[in-house]
Amino acid sequence: MGLTGRSTGAGLLNCRGIHTQNESEQLIVALAGNPNVGKSTLFNGLTGLNQHTGNWPGKTVTGARGICRHKDKSYVMVDIPGTYSLMANSAEEEVARDFICFGRPDVTVIVADATCLERNLNLALQTTEVTGRVVLCVNLMDEAKKKKISIDLELLSRRLGIPAVGTSARSKKGLDALMEAIAALAEEPPADKRLRITYGDEIEAAVSLLKPAVADALPEHIDSRWVSLRLLEGDVKLLASLSSHLSRDLTVDPGISQKLEEAGALLNHTDIGRDNLRDMMVTRIVKTCESVAREVVTVKKEGYAERDHRIDRFLT
Amino acid sequence: MNNLYNGQIPLNMLPVGKKAVVTSLTSDGVNRRRMLDLGIIDGTEIEPLYKNPSGNPVAYLIRGAVIALRSDASERILVSIL
Repeated sequence: MGLTGRSTGAGLLNCRGIHTQNESEQLIVALAGNPNVGKSTLFNGLTGLNQHTGNWPGKTVTGARGICRHKDKSYVMVDIPGTYSLMANSAEEEVARDFICFGRPDVTVIVADATCLERNLNLALQTTEVTGRVVLCVNLMDEAKKKKISIDLELLSRRLGIPAVGTSARSKKGLDALMEAIAALAEEPPADKRLRITYGDEIEAAVSLLKPAVADALPEHIDSRWVSLRLLEGDVKLLASLSSHLSRDLTVDPGISQKLEEAGALLNHTDIGRDNLRDMMVTRIVKTCESVAREVVTVKKEGYAERDHRIDRFLT
Repeated sequence: MNNLYNGQIPLNMLPVGKKAVVTSLTSDGVNRRRMLDLGIIDGTEIEPLYKNPSGNPVAYLIRGAVIALRSDASERILVSIL
């Protein structure tokens, strides 16, 4: 099929297509989000006629790139494939994950669907574990309004510790405010206030044990807590991408492998196996999405249940 | 309806219009992860909205989103009827 480690994953990021542009003072903005949230409409609205689609070498999945001018700065907007999660389950999701995690975008915009915010927060929270340079774009605000769903964006922003901007990309509403938020974040990253999800005493103890060794081995732009968590859960595909990005395998680093073994023993001691560990992590994130959504989303009338019966996702 | 496992039934046996909560997932590996990514965890409320005339797949309301699951996925989600 031609989808090899080199042609997908971090391998393709190393083909420098994006990094060379980075050197010419253009800021890179990744547009990520679940499928069907109006991401491409937003992309077109932001880039206008400057859009050109670029086929990444060796890929069947394409990512469009376009230029957005805002206040005499130009931003390269990268429309990355829609994904529900950074725990990649498909080739497209792997591309999306690798771009967010290792592509070093100056800002990552998570585009969310205002009509079902809770589900979309999952990706947002997974992304803020990777990087603090995230803007949440709550799109389809017009649709939400029709369904009598209102969202307290200010509270949402405070809860997540990242800027949150409401847009209706179809009618180009909110795009300026979104670009303002992107520009502010790109120019002067504010103090890191992002919501940190904690996974309970046992897992946190294992992370604390592992993290210093991981931090020593990683370049500064990669979050050591996040990598520690992935090492603990043994996310093989992600670790392979990380290895190819770093050009070395962290799991064979003597300092790390020793700590990883100790952390594993600690978790085994408390009967937390790997599958269990993943369940616990996902559960914590999903529960956090649930509680944040409960605080910020107000639905007048039976909006959610009475929604039109459009299928959001067909699981194949 | 048969209550196969202590009052739990597989999701594919839940009739349209009845609400239930997830009590456990019996899948593993990638399939389990996909379910988790959809927000299907212990305690998640699920309601079948409508069926394909052939009975498969079924559209479910899960956390405010409508998701179509085939029975090979839904039979691995155990629920208890509310």
